[in-house]
Amino acid sequence: MYKTYETGFRSQRMSIKEKLMNISFWYVMFICILAAVGITMLYSAANGHWKPWAVNQLVRFGMGLGVMIFFALVDIRLLMRFSYAFYFFTLLLLVVVDVTGHVGMGAQRWINFGFFKLQPSELMKIALVLVLARYFHSVPLSTIESSKGLIQPLLLVLIPAGLVIIQPDLGTGLMLIMTAGAIFFAVGVQLWKFGVVFAAGIIMAPIAWHFLHDYQKDRVLTFLNPERDPLGAGYHIIQSKIALGSGGVFGKGFLNGTQSHLNFLPEKHTDFIFTMLSEELGMIGAVMIILVNFCIIAYGYSFAMKSTSYFGKLVAIGLTTNYFLYVFINTAMVLGLIPVVGIPLPLISYGGTVMLSIMASFGILLSVHINRNVTVGKE
Amino acid sequence: MNRDNDKGKVLINRSLIMAATKAFLLLCIIGRLYYLQVYQADKFKMLADENRISTRLLIPQRGIIYDRNHRVLATNEQNFQALIVAEQAPNVQDTLDAFKKIMPLTEAEEERIRRDLKRNRSFVPIKVKDNLSWEEVAKIQLNASDLPGIIIDDGLNRAYPYGEKTAQVIGYVAAVSDGDVKDDSLLEVPGFKIGKSGIEKYLEHRLRGKGGILKMEVNAYGRVMKEIEEIEGVPGENVVLTLDARLQEKAYEAFGEQSGAAVLLDVDSGEILAFVSTPAFDPNDFTQGLSNEKWKALVENEKHPLINKAIQGQYSPGSVFKPIVALAGLESGVIKPETRFFCAGKMFLGNHPFHCWKHVGHGYLNVVEALMHSCDIFFYETALRGGIDKIAEVARRFGLGKAVGIGLENEKSGLIPDKAWKYRRFGEPWQLGESLISGIGQGYILVTPLQLATMTARIANGGYEVVPTFFPLSAEQKDNIKKISVNKEYLDLVKEGMFDVVNIPGGTAWRSQFDYQGHRMAGKTGSVQVRRITLKERQSGIIKQEDLPWKYRDHGIFIGYAPADNPKYAVAVLVEHGGGGSSAAAPIASKILLESLKLDPLGVIRKK
Repeated sequence: MYKTYETGFRSQRMSIKEKLMNISFWYVMFICILAAVGITMLYSAANGHWKPWAVNQLVRFGMGLGVMIFFALVDIRLLMRFSYAFYFFTLLLLVVVDVTGHVGMGAQRWINFGFFKLQPSELMKIALVLVLARYFHSVPLSTIESSKGLIQPLLLVLIPAGLVIIQPDLGTGLMLIMTAGAIFFAVGVQLWKFGVVFAAGIIMAPIAWHFLHDYQKDRVLTFLNPERDPLGAGYHIIQSKIALGSGGVFGKGFLNGTQSHLNFLPEKHTDFIFTMLSEELGMIGAVMIILVNFCIIAYGYSFAMKSTSYFGKLVAIGLTTNYFLYVFINTAMVLGLIPVVGIPLPLISYGGTVMLSIMASFGILLSVHINRNVTVGKE
Repeated sequence: MNRDNDKGKVLINRSLIMAATKAFLLLCIIGRLYYLQVYQADKFKMLADENRISTRLLIPQRGIIYDRNHRVLATNEQNFQALIVAEQAPNVQDTLDAFKKIMPLTEAEEERIRRDLKRNRSFVPIKVKDNLSWEEVAKIQLNASDLPGIIIDDGLNRAYPYGEKTAQVIGYVAAVSDGDVKDDSLLEVPGFKIGKSGIEKYLEHRLRGKGGILKMEVNAYGRVMKEIEEIEGVPGENVVLTLDARLQEKAYEAFGEQSGAAVLLDVDSGEILAFVSTPAFDPNDFTQGLSNEKWKALVENEKHPLINKAIQGQYSPGSVFKPIVALAGLESGVIKPETRFFCAGKMFLGNHPFHCWKHVGHGYLNVVEALMHSCDIFFYETALRGGIDKIAEVARRFGLGKAVGIGLENEKSGLIPDKAWKYRRFGEPWQLGESLISGIGQGYILVTPLQLATMTARIANGGYEVVPTFFPLSAEQKDNIKKISVNKEYLDLVKEGMFDVVNIPGGTAWRSQFDYQGHRMAGKTGSVQVRRITLKERQSGIIKQEDLPWKYRDHGIFIGYAPADNPKYAVAVLVEHGGGGSSAAAPIASKILLESLKLDPLGVIRKK
């Protein structure tokens, strides 16, 4: 559809109208579908009330759409130019959070701006993708394949990841590392280097275990054996599986999930909203959500393929991978495939920061698509 | 530029691998969804229902126990309770304070309420006070506006209208304890009570019924959201006993303050018309939880109100055993109806003297006269000649030495000794002197009042093997009562002796006779020494029973039946430390038999 307004080959400047016309209709459509489903489920989570969640989420999604369009209109060259500035600014915020963070959910993750709470680790997910894309954009393959050339990007990853992990927010920290790992893989870092890191990881695991907080150890142990403490740490995942499984193929019906509405399912409006959805709408509803997410990810890849710039391709792949990680980790977690980590399901789970940061990343993805024919210099 | 192309190719290749990996991982998610939501759906549906559905057992109404005329012996009474629901009270303490102004609460009660409030979630009703009267309920309802959170709930309490008079038969119900057999999930229900003794225990399963089931939907905190379904239970079976509540009451009252037991039987069927053990306890106290003081008083009472003396008390029968000895003598031929022995007040076996209760002696008497006067010497002689084995055999035929098995707990079997028993028990041969004292019902012989009643009924009915029971016999069962092999002529002699005991001047129970429209009673007295009479006492003359401390006085026993000429009712009365059979037991037995003739629950007495 947007092809009608496709700009001429190598046209380096576009009017705002042109850019708007180039926004991928179906991509935005899929995002809106998920957000609508999310708001509907939040309405159900409040036992059929708009308050307290659904209406807030609706407002945030509206704001998120604004943020998305704003980023969609940003010139990709601008993104590249300011990627380091954005990265270091976010890094500074992370330090601030670590030093004087606001206590939330037992971990220091927020900066309170009064009217809203900023979670720098969410910004870092975008900043890291941009800064790595810029780095790999500007170096030749030989540098990428050399060990020396990996020192700088590794530092770019490990410093913020470390800051996030000591917050402590192990889940987000690991997500940063995995996103970066995906980028490293994409740009062609040799597989044996991943092998070395993986082996080192195995060796380090017992030492790392030692540094885990008790609740984190609990989560891992509980994942390995959910019956270990069925009323304590294992309660979440056992109840989640009961809710999911009892939903069956067709679900118990909207507003009729017994596990959710009788409060057996904890955190049903945030991290476990996919469980509630699967209980009420059944496997059909759950698979639909997975398929829509699949489409969003597939579109992300198509943006990457269409982009003529290495930077654009890498940004699209990195942000799409970030989004995929959210979806996969959250669903795998509620399905009992991986340990419980506090990763929400974007667009559906209740929560402002993730909504805004994920909408910003969608905006950047749209920008990559809109600017697919723009030549990006190496600088 | 070439390298840049390579760089781009690598990126595309690697990206495609990553895309494929992502697609695969999302497929894994779908696979997992299939596994949980299709393959294991049934299991999780069940688990979700287990979470959501809370099942409550509804206590069935316990069966009512009636006497033979459908008078209520045990029933269920409405019990009003005041409960408090914390979440409905803006301030629990204020409500409780307001409640105290209407109805005082003890320290202990307040303590319990506070504890229960702390232990339970705020929507769980907590008992404030139970067993409220109608007036109290009305008062609470009148002040309902000052008592937010207080609700009135009605349950059922077991009640025994005849109280202690039927306590030893009916028993009582109480909360389930650790030792009880948990054969029914009802027993897990808080507040559920089961039969702990007596008929309540014996017929527990018939009286209990089957619990109903109330299925409710609850949330994760246990709050009831809605009722799903209710399955009605089955109320317990009502039971009719053979007792006659009026006679039961009269028999109990006849004892006054005395400690003892009485069993009244229908001589033709063995149906138990009255069955008392005195003093008893009030079973109504037990159902509502006995206070420590009351329990202590019951346990420490020297008259043992918790013991069912009619079946758990084993006593030497004394002279009431003499009819058995007489029958044994007659059957074995060692005495004939006309045989007379001389009573000089004492006799010797070797060098050892054996005394008759009458020191001056009875002179010559035959078996009928010996029974009438309860002459000891005559029965010493008879026992000596007849031998213990013959006596034991007759005694067993008449129901002694073996537990009847009426269903009440801890029934004792008594003891009828013989030579083999002595050897088994002590490894020593039987002594002649032991036969001799067995002739007057002393020595090893032990009987329960219930066994004595059985024996009396079997003598009175002309030798039919009736077995005492609390449950009405069918006509067929009555027709099938076996005959004991006994010579009617001998039995008539014994009965003649028992008639004379009561109705001829000089008979040991002459003072207790009655004539109710021409109907009279027959019987036999017995006195049982509780301690040995020392030689010194014998020389210094007999000490009056009344002068002895209560627990050293003789037991008084009387067995009797009426009407004497056509026996219908048989009774055995034992008065612990009553002083003697004729003075203590016979008057009580006489009262009971006279009442049974007057009330005639069997409808067999010809009114003249």
